[in-house]
Parts: sequence; structure tokens; C-alpha cells
Amino acid sequence: MYREEKPRNRRPIKIGTIVVYFILIFWAITTIFPFIWVLLNSVKPSAEVLNSSFALPKEFTWGNYENAFSQLNVLNAYKHSLLISCSVTIGVMILSAFLSFAISRYDFKGKKILNSLLVASLMFPVFSTIIPVFRMMVSWKLLNTNFAVILPQIAGNLSFATIVMIGFMNSIPIEMEEAAYMEGANVFQVFFRIIVPLCKPSLSTVAIFSFLWSYNDLFVQKIMIDDPKRFPISTLLERISSQYGTDFGLMAASVALIIVPVLIVYCFLQKNIIKGLTAGAVKG
Amino acid sequence: MLYKKKWPLLIFVVPSLIFMLLFLYIPFIENIKNSLYDMTTIVELPGTKWRFIGLENYKKLLTDTDLRIAILNSFKMMVLTVIFEVGIAFVLAVMVSQIKKLQQVFRTVYFFPIVISATAIGLLFKLFYNYNGGMLNQILESLGKDPVNWLQPSTAFIMICIPTLWSYVGFYFVIILTGLSDISDDIYEAAAIDGCSKFKQVFYITLPMIKPVLMTSVTLAVTGALKVFDLPWVIAPNGAPQGITHFLGTYMYQTSFALNNYDYGSVLALIIVIFGVIVSKGVGFITESREEKEERRRKKHVQRRKA
Repeated sequence: MYREEKPRNRRPIKIGTIVVYFILIFWAITTIFPFIWVLLNSVKPSAEVLNSSFALPKEFTWGNYENAFSQLNVLNAYKHSLLISCSVTIGVMILSAFLSFAISRYDFKGKKILNSLLVASLMFPVFSTIIPVFRMMVSWKLLNTNFAVILPQIAGNLSFATIVMIGFMNSIPIEMEEAAYMEGANVFQVFFRIIVPLCKPSLSTVAIFSFLWSYNDLFVQKIMIDDPKRFPISTLLERISSQYGTDFGLMAASVALIIVPVLIVYCFLQKNIIKGLTAGAVKG
Repeated sequence: MLYKKKWPLLIFVVPSLIFMLLFLYIPFIENIKNSLYDMTTIVELPGTKWRFIGLENYKKLLTDTDLRIAILNSFKMMVLTVIFEVGIAFVLAVMVSQIKKLQQVFRTVYFFPIVISATAIGLLFKLFYNYNGGMLNQILESLGKDPVNWLQPSTAFIMICIPTLWSYVGFYFVIILTGLSDISDDIYEAAAIDGCSKFKQVFYITLPMIKPVLMTSVTLAVTGALKVFDLPWVIAPNGAPQGITHFLGTYMYQTSFALNNYDYGSVLALIIVIFGVIVSKGVGFITESREEKEERRRKKHVQRRKA
């Protein structure tokens, strides 16, 4: 029977497969091409970008990158961005692990309310809280500091991260904790020695989406920080596009500078990143 | 529950609770309160008080023509995301699930734009659209045509939509592809033996079976479309030209933080929340209504029989 099937199916599949590959590769090119284009043009003088952006660079130059580092202080912006995103990531990881442990392992008054508050806060877009948060930062004199970005971003990611973590913690069997607890370990030993190591997969999911959301976000940065010396990377890029809009080489170089580190990390961690971002989104 | 002593809860719950109260719940309530006041400055200066003006700010909504454009654009964006983001993602996912080789490569490549910030993508497309020597005009020139101002009023909206839609296809592609891999191969084999063509298989097996996944994607896409800010702002700040490319998010930002009209900005923020709730409930209603209807019919049937 198997032999009868094979020749019948062969021909239509082959033509179809070629079309399928053609379309898939076409979309892959639309995805890769813009990034290659920008990398290619970042090593050309601006005049060459204007005239022949498709050709390989005739005159190879690091000048655009030198400009980006000297005029725009990209390194400083990276420093601020990394400080902000790492703090947000660590803050969200610790707080969401604590909170989800309490919700999945304890019974307490107001647990149901807490749960529904968590779900409800997923419906609050950042727009709906930003004006009062901005007012707070002004009155606490935290404007133009990294804290003004870090604190609201932690709060913004926290409820989502907690919901993802609760789902995972509920699936961890309680026997190991029971055994440790009976042996005389206290709650904190149980938490740090047993729960945290077991939760590594979901903690890494939380870390990935908190970091990327924070690193890529422009809205909060733009509102909280208006001192160019303290700009994180997204705000700096936006400033470049409005101020140096005619210097194509510089613009290409600065886009390249923001893409390359992410590209490198993505190459190493792509499976985790894809899983982290999609699993996180679907659960919410 | 295992742990009887309750005091560790103080450490586990209280810090998060303070965070969320301080930066989510209280601001959310305060935002509603603010919308009823005439906020002259962001912080009440000593000796001055914001005036309570009731629904005065809400009356402005009715006559605000820019807002009408922003709402219209946001709704257009929602429709486009469903058709192009989820649609293209579905087609690509079905295709990739059919092939044996390179599956992993396509996944990696398609997903890549998601991890790049919208700001960088916006800047990239600004380089494409630029009138003097932008990439698109270079192509036109080499074809012997006149350069086009891509961000002129008649095309600006589409030009902003293209990168927004393009950059998120990979996200729904991965979600749908994961859903597809959960469908058992036996069903397709059985269908193939019964003489069902590949196209028919997609319509009669794939589509009904991944409907829940598709609906999740549609909900995510539609609520996401309501929140776009970074990309439109970088390509066309302040809804340039003449406010016709405003979305709800960019209009709210401009009103509150560029024009310092905080009270009206609070109203706009509330509008975004309300639309978000309506739209996500709406998608849920449309998708569940059929099953609910069937259930209701069945119940009626049973009742009639009993009578």
C-alpha cells in the first residue's frame, strides 16, 4: 500500500514545494535585507549612501561610527540603557518570584482580590498611568534619573511576570518542599534552595521579556528623561533622527549600533528568546 | 497549604504590593480623578489649586477633530493588523509546517525584527523614505522615474503602517506555528487517504483546529494596535503632516507632554483603556458566540423535550 501511495503524491508536491520555498525565502529576504542594507551603508561616507546605497562600499570608512561615539556619546547611552534594563529585569524577577510563591503556596485573606487585581492590571496600558507617575517623579525630584524609568517599568512588567510564574509554580509538585520543611528548613531556605532552582525556565522567560521590553521601550524614557547627557539608547536614537536627519551615514551607523548587540545575543539565545517572548504573551 | 506561619508573607507580598499600588493602581485612579480637574501645572504649586470642572474635558472629545483622526487611524490599524500580521503569519506558518528542511532557519529569521526596538526600525524606514536619496527614491531614479515624497499626506499613513505590520508578522508566525505542531499528523494522513487535497486540508482541518490560537493572536494584535507609539512617533512625530498620522497613543503623548495639556491627556488615556476593554471583549464575544449559541440551542431543546 505504501508503494502505491508514493508515486501518486510525488509530482504535485514537488511543484507546490518549489512555490512554497520561493514565497518563504522571499519573506525571509524582506526580513533580512533592511538590516544588511543598514550595516552596509554604515561603513560608507554619507555622500555615497545618498547615491548608491545598494552597492558595496567603494570607500570603506569607520568615520560614521567614530562620529557616533564622539558626537553622540553612544557609549554613555548604552551604559544608561543597560543600567535601566538590568535593574528592571532583576527587580521583576525577584518581586514576581516572591509574589507568585506566596500566591501559589499560601492561603491568606485577600488572595482572591490580589489575584483579580493582577489580572485587571493587564488591562492598564502604560498611557493610563503615566501622567500621575510623571507627577510623582516631578514631586520626588527623580526626573532625569534612571529611577524614574526603572520604577514604573518594574511595576508595568510585574503583574504579567507574576501570572506567568504562578502558572509554572503551580505545576511544581509540593513533595520536595514538604520533605525539606519536615527536615527543619525554614520557608526562605525552601524558597532559595528548592523553588528558585526549579523555576529557572520560567525565570529566564521573565528575564527575557522584561529586559527586551525595557531595552526597546521609548515611551517612558522619552517622558522621564529630557537631559541629553542622560539619554538611554532609544531616546538618543530618536533625537538623532530629528537632529541629524540629513547625515545618512551617521544615522545608518547609529541604527547598526543598536542592532548589532541585539543580533549577537539573539544568535546565541534565539530559542530561549523566541520561547520566552511568545510563551509569555500567550499566557497573558 | 504547607506553610502555616504567615509572617513570611510580609516579605513575599508586601514589596510587590507597594510597587503595584504606587505605580499602577493609585495612578490609574488618580488619572480618572485628574480628568475631572483643570490641571494648570503638573504639580500643584503651593497656594494654587486645580479647579474642579466636572465633565468639561469630556465635552471637548465631541468637537475634537484631531481625535477623530486618531481614533479612525487606530481602528484602521487594528483591521490591518488582523489582515496582514495574523493573515500573513498564518499563511507562512502553514507553509513552513509543510516543509521538512530549514524550518528552524525560517523561524529564527522571521522572528528577528521583534527583538529590534521599534525606534531603530523607525529610523531604518526613515532612511528608506527620505526624499533626497532615500532608498526607495534611489530605486525609482534607477528606473528613470521622478522621486516621490513618501510621507506626503496621501501616503503617510500607509508608509507608517508597513513597518509596523512587517515587524510583527514573525511574532504571530511563531505562535501559530507552535499551534500547528500540536495538531496530530494522523488527521492529515487520514484526510489524504480519503483523497483530500492540501488546500482542502488547510480549510477543513487546519483552520478549525487552530481557531483558538488564531483568536489569541487576533486579540493580541488588536490590543497591540491600540498601543502603537514608538514607530509612528519616530517616522512621523506629532502626527506629521498636519496631525493626519496620529494614533491614539501618539495623540495622547502630544497632548499631555508636548502641549502640557495634562487633564485632557488623562481623558485620552482613559479612552485608550476603554477601547482596549471593548475590543478585547468584542473579539472574545465574536469567537465564543457560536459555541455559546449552540449550547443555548441545545439547552432549549432539552427544555422543550422535558415540557
